[in-house]
Amino acid sequence: MEISTAVFYLVAIITVGSAAMVAFSRNIIYSAFSLLGAFGGVAGIYVFLGADFVAAVQLLIYVGGILVLVLFAVMLTHRITDVQITNRAAGRLTALIVTGVLLYLLVETVRGTSWAKAKELVHQATTGTIGDLFLESYLLPFELASLVLLAALIGAVVISRKEIKE
Amino acid sequence: MFSPNDLSSYLIIGAILFSLGLFTVLTRRNAISVLMGVELILNSANINYVAFSHFSSGSTDGQIYAIFVIMLAAAEAAVAWPLCWLSSRFFTPSMWRPRKR
Repeated sequence: MEISTAVFYLVAIITVGSAAMVAFSRNIIYSAFSLLGAFGGVAGIYVFLGADFVAAVQLLIYVGGILVLVLFAVMLTHRITDVQITNRAAGRLTALIVTGVLLYLLVETVRGTSWAKAKELVHQATTGTIGDLFLESYLLPFELASLVLLAALIGAVVISRKEIKE
Repeated sequence: MFSPNDLSSYLIIGAILFSLGLFTVLTRRNAISVLMGVELILNSANINYVAFSHFSSGSTDGQIYAIFVIMLAAAEAAVAWPLCWLSSRFFTPSMWRPRKR
């Protein structure tokens, strides 16, 4: 077995295992910290797919931003150490059956379909191409994204400030 | 069959992540845990986008979509997590206990 295949197996196992920890753990703090493994593993998968810029963005935004927000929200929540209350789950058996059947269908579809294949697999730095695409074909979504971010910024400030009553 | 040079292995990883995220969303009663499941689902969609752009189309368009999804997840996190945290002040867990008869 090649070394890259071994590393791919490792990354896949880390990703899936951490995601399973998020889904099945009884303690919400363990779930929150397992998200680190899931996000980092997904970044590794992006590296295998030749998407270097997306992998860097994933590390910066998910691990550096969203995960810190998650940990803040978990740690600051009221009575978080009480395991019985914090991470209750309901209807596990039904949900397990539904998601199991869905997973079986998805895997069968993936394995049974002959997907379109690219002529050649390119492994190049993608940052320049992504920048060109953002400023040429995807200019309108790019500008709309800045509007969405501005709205989210204002919304976060409005939600989290205290109202002063006179 | 399960190799790094095969599209289906990445799609299967994405399907597993999606199922685990859906399981989290369905079973958890805690809004913070439900949002963690939503993040898993978004990540699985991103894996599919990037995998298809690498193996099927050969262009970088899928990576653009992945970046947009990451951006929307960041915007969602900036609004939804403070909402969860603030609502946990108003709704204490004791309110959700079944009433004694």
